[in-house]
Amino acid sequence: MTEIWRMISQRLLLGVLTLFIISVVIFGATELLPGDLARELLGQSATPETLAALREQLGLNESAPVRYWNWLTGVMQGDFGMSMATKMPISELVGTRLGNTLFLAFYAAALAVPFSLLLGVLAALWRNSIFDRASNALALTAISFPEFFVAYILILWLSQSGLFPSMVRITDTTSMGERLYMAFLPALTLTLVVTAHMMRMTRAAIINLLASPYIEMARLKGMSPMRVVLRHAVPNALSPIINVVALNLAYLITGVVVVEVVFVYPGLGQLMIDAVSNRDIAVVQAIALIFAAAYVLLNLLADVLSTITNPRLMHRK
Amino acid sequence: MEKKTLLTIKDLQLEGRSGNAWHPIIKGVDLTLHKGEVLGLIGESGAGKSTLGLAAMGFARDGCRISGGTIDFDGIDLRTAPESLRRGLRGKRIAYVAQSAAASFNPAHRLINQYCESPVVHGVMAREKAEADAVELYGRMRLPNPDEIGFRYPHQVSGGQLQRAMTAMAMACRPDLIIFDEPTTALDVTTQIEVLAAIRDIVRQFGTAAIYITHDLAVVAQMADRIKVLLRGDEVEDADTRSMLTAPREEYTKSLWAVRSFARAEQPTATGTPVVSVRSVTAGYGALDVLKDVSFDIHARRTVAVVGESGSGKSTTARVITGLLPQRNGQVLFNGNPLPPSFKARSRNELRQCQMIYQMADTALNPKLRLRELIGRPAEMYLGLKGKALEARIRDLLALIELEPDRYIDRLPSELSGGQKQRIGIARALAAEPQLIICDEVTSALDQIVQEGILKLLDRLQGELNLAYMFITHDLATVKSIADEVVVMQQGVVVERGPKAAIFADPKEDYTNLLLSSVPEMDPDWLNRLLVKRSAKAQEP
Repeated sequence: MTEIWRMISQRLLLGVLTLFIISVVIFGATELLPGDLARELLGQSATPETLAALREQLGLNESAPVRYWNWLTGVMQGDFGMSMATKMPISELVGTRLGNTLFLAFYAAALAVPFSLLLGVLAALWRNSIFDRASNALALTAISFPEFFVAYILILWLSQSGLFPSMVRITDTTSMGERLYMAFLPALTLTLVVTAHMMRMTRAAIINLLASPYIEMARLKGMSPMRVVLRHAVPNALSPIINVVALNLAYLITGVVVVEVVFVYPGLGQLMIDAVSNRDIAVVQAIALIFAAAYVLLNLLADVLSTITNPRLMHRK
Repeated sequence: MEKKTLLTIKDLQLEGRSGNAWHPIIKGVDLTLHKGEVLGLIGESGAGKSTLGLAAMGFARDGCRISGGTIDFDGIDLRTAPESLRRGLRGKRIAYVAQSAAASFNPAHRLINQYCESPVVHGVMAREKAEADAVELYGRMRLPNPDEIGFRYPHQVSGGQLQRAMTAMAMACRPDLIIFDEPTTALDVTTQIEVLAAIRDIVRQFGTAAIYITHDLAVVAQMADRIKVLLRGDEVEDADTRSMLTAPREEYTKSLWAVRSFARAEQPTATGTPVVSVRSVTAGYGALDVLKDVSFDIHARRTVAVVGESGSGKSTTARVITGLLPQRNGQVLFNGNPLPPSFKARSRNELRQCQMIYQMADTALNPKLRLRELIGRPAEMYLGLKGKALEARIRDLLALIELEPDRYIDRLPSELSGGQKQRIGIARALAAEPQLIICDEVTSALDQIVQEGILKLLDRLQGELNLAYMFITHDLATVKSIADEVVVMQQGVVVERGPKAAIFADPKEDYTNLLLSSVPEMDPDWLNRLLVKRSAKAQEP
C-alpha cells in the first residue's frame, strides 16, 4: 500500500508541475493576443490621459514576468482577480458556473459510461453479430455528426413535441429533480458524442484478449460465454477501458462549450465564450487553467485505478 | 481383463479455415480410450495432436470445425450434443491441462479462485469445500505450502509449481478424463521430473484416464500405457508403449526414434588464441549480480555449449559478450584484444565479428521484410555490398542454408515453416561474415526432425566457414550431439566446464550430475528407477 501512496504523491507532484507549465503557456498565449485591454474597456472615445490612468490602475505597465508572478501568486491563494467586463471577482463568477458544468458532466457520465461499457461488453460477446454491427454503426454515426447538429436534431425530436425543454434555466432554488429534467437534452447530446469512443475501446480491449490461452482455458472449464467475458476477459481489459473513460470524462468537462451555447446552459463553456468576445482575459485564463486541472486530475485518477486493478503491480513477487 | 471403454472417436474429420477455403487438419483418425488408461499422442507440430486432444472435449478452436466422424464419450456423442451439454461436461468430467500454465492461468485472479470455479459453477461442491479440497490436492501435487499457495496470483508462483497447480485444478471435479497438452515442454529438465512424477501419481491415485500430448518421446515413454503416432493429421501407428519402443512397425516411427543419433565427430583439443575469451566477468541488473566471476574460452571451429536451468545466467553471458549488458568486472577478449564493454563503444568491425541467432525465429524476423532485405541488410551495412554483388551474396547465402534462391528470395517470413525461418536467422548471422555466432536456444522451439536438420547445417557451416559457436541451451540431448566443450552454469556461476566426453562420462559436481540424470530416457522404467534412486539417496544419513 505504501507504494501506491508513493506513486500517487509522485504523480500529484508531476501534475502540479504540468499545471505550472500550462499556466506559463496560457499566460504567454494571452499576451500574444492583439489589442489593448484599457482601450477595450473605455471604448474609442477615451482620451490618452484616461487610458494611461487605467493602465496604471490595472498594472498593465509592469513587465510581463512581474504580471505573471502577481497573477500566479493570486491564483495559488484562490484569487483569480477581477473580471473586467462584469466587475465581479472571478472566483465568484466561476464558482457557480463550475458547479453547473460539473453537474452536467457527471450527469452525462452517469448515462454514458454504464451505457457504453454495457454496449461494448455485449458487442464483444456477440461479436460480428447483427447487434455488434448495428451498435457500432449507430455509435459511429452519432460521433460523426457535429455536436450542435446532434443537439438541434434532439431539440427537433424531443423538444418541439414538448417532452423536454430546449433551454436550461438554473437558479439557486432549482430542485434536483428539475435540474435533471432540464439538463436531460444536453446530457443526452454529450452521451451520444462520447459513447462511440468508450464502447469501441471496451469492445476492442476485450476481443484483443479473447485469443489468450487463459480465455481458452476458461472455455475448456465449461464456463458460459457471458462468464468468460465478464470474469476472465474484463478484469484484464480494465486498464485501457479506465483510460478511455478518463479521457472522455475530461472531455465532458472541457468540451461542452458548443453544447452549453446551444442549450443556453449556464456553465463554464458559455462563460468562456462571453469572456473571449469581451476580451476579458483574466476570466479566459482562469477557465483555461481549470480545464487543464481537470485533465491532469482525471488522468492521475486513471493511472491510480489502472495500478490498483492490476495484481501484477499490486502484489509483487 | 477388458476395461470399460470411456472414449471412442471414429473417423474424425476436422478442418481449419484459411481465407475462404477449408483445408483438412485431421483426416479420419480413430481413437479408443479405456477407463483409467493413459494414451500418449506424439508427432511433430502441425500433426494435429492438440487439435485431436481438444476434439476429445468436443471443442474446436476458432477458425476450425469438426466436419465428420463421431466422438462418443461414455455414451454421449459430443459432436451432435447441444453446446450446453458439452459445456456441462467440460471441466467436470473432461478436464484440460495446457502447455504453458503461466499463460493459461488468468493473471487477474488468485489460483484458488480459479481452482474453485469449476466445482462451484458445475455444482459439484460448495465454495468452502472446494477450497479445502484445493489445499489437499495442492499437497498431493507436492506443492510447497499447500495452505497458502492458492492465495497467490499466478505471477507470484514459478513455472513448475504453476503446472502442478493447473493439474490440481483439472482434478478439482475428479474428472473421468484429462487432456494433458505438452504440460512439461516449457519447463527445465530438473523441474520436469517433479511435475511428471506428480502428474503420474495423481492420475493413478484417482484412476483417471488421460490423453498425454507431447513431442518428447522419452517423456511419453514414462507416462503412457499406449502410444499413438500422428503425422499431418493421420494416424501412423498405435501400440502399447513397450512394443512401440522396442519394435516400431512404420518407417516414420523408426525415424522418430532414430532422430537423436546425430553426433558431431570428436575434435582434438583446441590450441592457440581463442576467438572469444570471457575472463572473470561479473555483471548484473540493478543491485543484483546475475553473473559472478564467469570465465571460459571459445576457439575457432569449436562449439561451446552453455547449459543450465532458466535463470542460471546463460543468456546474460551472451548479452555481456555482445555488449548489450556492459560487465561490472572482468574482460571479454576477442582474438586476444579486449572489447569495449558497451556495444556503443565498439567499432562496426567489432560488432560484425559477433552475431546472434535467436530462439524464436518467429519474433526475431521482421514480418514486413522479404528475405532479400532480411539477409541483405547486414551484408550491405557491414560489408558495403550493393546492386549485383549484394544480390549474388544473398543468393549464395540462401544456397548455403539449403533454400533454393529463386523460390525463396522474395518471400515473407510468414510464408516459411518454423525450420525455414530459423535457417533465415542463420543466413542473416552469416551475412555479416562473423567469427563467432551465439546460438540462443535455437532449436528449442523446433520439432526433433527439424532440429536435426538445423544442427547438421550448423555443423557443416562451422567446418566450411571456420566459425566458433557459443551454444546456449537447456536441452542436453542437443549438447550431446553438437558440443565440443560444455560449460555448466547455476545461479550465475560456472559450476563445471570441460570437454563434452569428460563431462558426460564423469561429472565432478553434484549439480552437473543432477542435470544429466534428469534428462528423460526412452526406457519406460527410467522415471521409476530414478525416483527410487533419488529417494534412497535422500534417506542416506
